[in-house]
Order: sequence, then structure tokens, then C-alpha cells
Amino acid sequence: MLAQGLATAYLSLIVLLPLAALVWHAAGGGVDDFRAAVTDPQAVSALRLTLVASVAVALINAVMGTIVAWILVRDRFPGQSIVNALVDLPFALPTIVAGLTLLTLYGPTSPVNVDVAFSRTAVLLALLFVTLPFVIRTVQPVLLELDREMEEAAASLGAGSFQIFRRIILPNLFPAILSGVALAFARAIGEFGALVLITGNLPFETEVASVYIFGRIESGDPRSAAAVSVVLLLITFLALLLIGALRRRVTRHDAVA
Amino acid sequence: MTRLRRYALRFIGLGYLGVLLAAPVGLVFQRAFQDGFGAAWDAVTTPAAKHALVVTLIIAAIAVPANTIFGIVCAIAIVRHRFPGKNVVNVIVDLPLALSPIVVGLAFLLLFGTEGWLADLPFDVVFALPGMVLATIFVSLPFVVREVVPVLREIGTEQEQAAATLGAGGWQIFRRVTFPAIRWAVAYGVVLTTARALGEFGAISVVSGRLIGKTESLTLHVEERYQSFDYVGAYAASVLLAMLAIATLVAMTVFRPKEETR
Amino acid sequence: MAIEAHSVTKRFGEFVAVDDVSISVPTGSLTALLGPSGSGKSTLLRVVSGLEQPDAGRVVIEGSDVTGLPPQRRGIGFVFQHYAAFKHMTVRKNVAFGLEIRRRPRAEIKTRVDELLELVQLTGLAKRYPAQLSGGQRQRMALARALAVEPTVLLLDEPFGALDARVRKELRAWLRRLHEEVHVTTIFVTHDQEEAMEIADQIVLMNQGRVEQVGGARDLYEQPANEFVMSFIGPVSHFGEELVRPHDIDVRREPNGSAERATVERVVHLGFEVRADLALEDGREVWVQMTRDEAKALDLRQGAQVFVAKS
Repeated sequence: MLAQGLATAYLSLIVLLPLAALVWHAAGGGVDDFRAAVTDPQAVSALRLTLVASVAVALINAVMGTIVAWILVRDRFPGQSIVNALVDLPFALPTIVAGLTLLTLYGPTSPVNVDVAFSRTAVLLALLFVTLPFVIRTVQPVLLELDREMEEAAASLGAGSFQIFRRIILPNLFPAILSGVALAFARAIGEFGALVLITGNLPFETEVASVYIFGRIESGDPRSAAAVSVVLLLITFLALLLIGALRRRVTRHDAVA
Repeated sequence: MTRLRRYALRFIGLGYLGVLLAAPVGLVFQRAFQDGFGAAWDAVTTPAAKHALVVTLIIAAIAVPANTIFGIVCAIAIVRHRFPGKNVVNVIVDLPLALSPIVVGLAFLLLFGTEGWLADLPFDVVFALPGMVLATIFVSLPFVVREVVPVLREIGTEQEQAAATLGAGGWQIFRRVTFPAIRWAVAYGVVLTTARALGEFGAISVVSGRLIGKTESLTLHVEERYQSFDYVGAYAASVLLAMLAIATLVAMTVFRPKEETR
Repeated sequence: MAIEAHSVTKRFGEFVAVDDVSISVPTGSLTALLGPSGSGKSTLLRVVSGLEQPDAGRVVIEGSDVTGLPPQRRGIGFVFQHYAAFKHMTVRKNVAFGLEIRRRPRAEIKTRVDELLELVQLTGLAKRYPAQLSGGQRQRMALARALAVEPTVLLLDEPFGALDARVRKELRAWLRRLHEEVHVTTIFVTHDQEEAMEIADQIVLMNQGRVEQVGGARDLYEQPANEFVMSFIGPVSHFGEELVRPHDIDVRREPNGSAERATVERVVHLGFEVRADLALEDGREVWVQMTRDEAKALDLRQGAQVFVAKS
């Protein structure tokens, strides 16, 4: 009653109202203005780069995240708990600082002579940094809870290590990997701070959607910015819906009759 | 799992983390102090830097308690009460996690800016502190809710019902039964919220106008110093933020809900 | 001998779970490893299966020393207390798993799975997932799965422990019938002596990592090797310094030679069986067991004076 009312009011003021304003302004100039804004070549290029990079990063995370989760759960080595805590660093570190640290090590002043600044590799690098924890943290608890007896049963039935991983462990991890991928994707699509310094924000080259939108705002054209923002939102929701549907399909075996 | 396989996995996993995380962060610490501790200290105690720190702390001091209270109230509403549109509330709460901070900043700019619906308030919202606070509240909204909801679900209503039969009223039940059960989840959520609030960059970048000495947060200060070629200044401020991040990591490890630990 | 364990020892840190144990299991028999919690019976089973490696000793299956082999290569079937069902696979896929690993032709797999599902009475549930089955059905599926690869020996680790009492009794009898039909050498672990006595050809009674006695149900009951065996396998009553079966105590109304005098404190009628608590002259207590008819003939009631002796 009171609780619900307060919660709803707070949410409406902080979340819904600004978003409504965004959509309203995006549509404010009519369909033509909207279309012009989102089909601007620079905008399209930025959106495409964002999409491709986010998908690539999501896939890399699916593999590397599972590997890291594996060594944190199934292996034992000195310093393991520190490594486990470090995985959360991208959560805790401001994105601008993250970008700066990557630029320092892998940019023009690199002490190991690796310079990927102002390239698309930099985009990937920065996005991999900020999305690091997601798959790891969704897979870890599932790996912990995994019924070891299923693996023992498979062994007693003749399955070797790789077969056990492929037929027993992986299918049971897959839903968790998908959840992590969804989170990583949504994060990557909207990332700004980590990219600002290291990519150079070169239009048609290394400019991602969020940077393009920022550019439109700085140029005093918030309407175009809003239009492209709406497209970005739509892409995100579509992707999340798809991944969610896939996840439900893959866990139908959990439904009790 | 053969030994070779185990070492290979360990090498790949730890190598990935080292290249991506440890090495870059370590280097920034080194660069910040490479001209000596004194230079770094001076860089971080300039009036602009100090002001930026104060701005950041004020924003966090408002956003975190607000989201904590909201988070607890909202979690209780979601778990314990039935009301139309509950699913929608769930989705809305998770929204800030999926939105680009730039889009968030833009939304507030459009709402409170010159042509916005709430443009004519008696005080400045955009290009001023209130706007930055609102944007920060937006982006750090979900954490307490998301941590408390599963715990509330798990503990169930029996203890609260028992308290009611023993004569306890609503607030007493909350204070003596509900809150003690959720306090670690709340603590963890507060840690995440604080980290997010301190580290916000994109949304604040849009909403604040980045007026040095007035509406610059510590994160904006890092960028400004870098763009001004004051690298020591940028690294020093980064180290400050990184130390706050490490403190956050420690707090996260301490308060982490048990299902995720070994 | 289908299975032999020679001087097997297994430690977990300081704790010795299995202490220099040697057993033999005849081919085609149904043997129970019986004992209280912590007796080492599950550990011994897991050593035989290869899921644990012993610190000392050997395991021999059908004449071959398998001690160094992993479970994949021992030709065993294993059934777990909590089913270990592959929850992401249908019943059919679960049962077919071992055959698919061995790359049998698809048609052969289908036929064999259908046969097995019929054997365990799960035909018609082939497309369900384990989450949609009852506990008893899941365990039957697990048995079918283990039998699919035609193991030399079948090992069951407290197979009915997670089921409720009625289902447990049904499945216990069902397992015995299955064994008669399929004749695979079987070892099962249980802490329930009634279960062991009801269906096993041979019982290996273990306690604290050691074997206390091996034999048929009757041997263990009537000729227990020591006090532990006696009190684990059946009811016991303390009569003086001795441990005696409560129905082996002779109760009469008249004095009889060295019989002691006692007063009836409490009589409990449990249908066919009657139990009574008696107090001896020196204050010690002994409980006795007799049939309803015997109790009636004695007019056994509270306060009555009787004479008791070991019969």
C-alpha cells in the first residue's frame, strides 16, 4: 500500500519520466526528422561498429568467462581468493579510469611497445575490460552447485573427461553462460567512459554509438541524439528478448510436470 | 582432468586476467608515483581536484541512502505484496543496467533542459548539482533491490507472521525480524551502489556541463586533466579512484552473499 | 568370484574410512554392505567402482586386477542414492547415454532402451525429463541406465535412501525380482538391516571401517560373531551380564530351577507381538518379547510376579 505507492512514485520520477522525455523528443520532429537522424551515415557506422563489437565481446566472454569461472571453482592455486576478488574490479573501477589504465599500457606510452590506441582493437580491448565479470559471476554459482554425481555417473557409464564436459557439464552451464552474455552485451552496447580516451573517437573508424550520441549533444542537436538513442535502446531490448527466449528454451527440462 | 590440461587452463585464465586487468591497473599506480609521492599529492590536492572530490562525495552521500531506502521498500513491495503491474516494476528496476549512461544523461537533459517538461523549476537542475545527483540515482538504482529481493523470497513470511501473532506491529516487525534478516544483502547492495555512484562518468558528463570547479566530479576531473596533458594529475586522480575501487572490492568480498563464494 | 577386495585401506586425512578390508562376492549374487553411518560401506563400494582410489590393497573383478583402472574401464554399473539423473536429458537419452558413448548404431540403441524401459516399467515416460518423475521412477531410470551397458557388476549406493518408506519397501522387493531375472552380480550399500536381510544372498556387516561378519541373514541373526553384530541385526535385551534375544527369554508363572523372580512393570501389545518391561529383584530391568498367545496364557499384566530365565 504505502510501500507500493512510494516505490512507484520514486520509480516514475527517476526512471520513467526522463525516458518518456527522451522518446518524446526523439519523435518530436516527426517521422522524417527521425529517419534522417538514424540513417545519417556517421550514425549508421557508429551503430554498426557498436553492434559488431558488442557481439564479438559477448562471444569472447562466453569462452573466457567460462574458463576463468572454471579455474576459480574447480582448481586450487595460491592467491585464488585474491584473483576471485579482482574479477570484480571492472564493477568497482570508474570507466574513465579503466580506459586510462588500458591506454597507459597499450597506447602510445606503452612500456611494452604495444600500441593499439585509436584502432578498433582498442574498442574491443576496452569493452572486454568492462564486461569481464559478467559471465564469470553468472557461471560460478552454477558450477559450484553442479551435481558432481552426474559426472561420476557419466564416468561409470564409460565417458571420458572431454565427453563428460561436452555432454554433462556444458549443457548445464549453458543457461548461466547465456545470462552472462546478455548482461555483457547490454553493458557493451552502452559503454562510453572506457572508450572515450583510448579509441580516439574517430568517426567511421572507432566511433561507437554512445560517443556519436554525445557528439550530437555537444553540437546542440539533442533531437538527433535522442533518435539514435531510441534505436540503440531498441537494439538492446531486442537482443535481451532473444537471449531470454533462448535461455527459456534451453531450460525447459527444469519445468516440473 | 590431466595435469597438463589443468595447467593449460590455469595459464589461459590467469593470463587473460593479467593482461586485461592486473597489468594496466598496476601500471597506473606506477605512473602516478613515478615523479614521487609529493608530485602525486600536489596533483590531487589542487583546488579543482579537491572540489571535484567534494562534488563526488556529496552526490554519493545523497544517491546511496536514497537508493538504499527505495531499494528496501521496493523489494518488500515486489516480494510481499501483490499489485497490478508488478512485473512492469521488475523490468523498470532493471532498466538502468541495460541503458547507456549517455542516453541516461540525455534523457535528464531533455526533461529538465530549456525545452523540457520540467524546465521551469525554481532551481537549476541541468548544468548543476541536482542534475548530477538525479542521473547518479538513476544509474545506481537497481543494486539494493536486486540483492534484497532473493533474500526476502528465501526467508519467507513465517517469521514475520510469528512476530505478528506475538503482538508486534508493522514497524516493529520490520525492525526486529525483517531487517536483521536482510541486512547483509542490504550491505552488499550498498557497496555496489556506492561503487557505481562514485564511478559514474557518462551520464554526469552530459548533464553537468563539466564546469571546472563547479560541476566537475572526480571522474570528470580525470578526463579533464588528461585532455589538458596533465598526465600526472590524471593518474593521481585515477589512483585515488582506484583505491576507492579496491576498498569496494574488499567490502564486496566481505559482504558477498554465500552462494557465490567457495 | 565376481568381485574380490584384498586388504583395502582408504583414509581421508586422519580418518580411516576403510581399514584393511577383504571381501569376496560370488558371481551372480546379491550382496549387501550393511552398517551404521561412518562404517565405511559407501567408501568401500566407491573403491570397488573406481570412484575412489585406495591407499592400500587391490580390487579384482572377474579375475582381473582393476585397481589402477578408472571407473570408465571397469565394466561396472553404478546407481547413486540421489539418482544422479542427467537432468538436462530425457529419460530415453539418460538410459541411452552409455550406449551412445560406445557409439552403438542408433537402431540398436533404440531397441535396447525400449527393452530396458519395459524391464523397469517406465515405458511411456521415455520423453519426460527427470524433474517430471517421482523419486522411485528416477531411481528405476538410473537402474535401467546402469544396466544398459551390460555391466559385469552392478553397484548401488543406498539406492532407496532418498525415498519414502512405502516406496522403499516396494522397490526393495522389485530389485530382488529384477535380480532374479537379470542375474548381474550386485552389491548394494544400506544402513537398514531389514532391507539387507530381506533381499540379500550375503550380508557383509561393517563397523568403523572393518568387517564384523559375513554370512546369510540367518547366520548373522542366529550366530552373531560379537555383541555389535547381535545388536545391529536384531533386537537385544540385557539379561544380567549377557546380551540375549528378547524372545529367547523364558517367562513363567511358577519358579523353575535357577529362574529369577521379576515384576512386570509395563506390557505393550503390538498386534501379534507383545513386549513387556520386567524389573528383577536387584532393581535391574529386562525387556522380553513373546507372541500374543503366550502372553495370554501367562495372563501377563502389570504388577504380576513372574520367573525369568534364559532359554
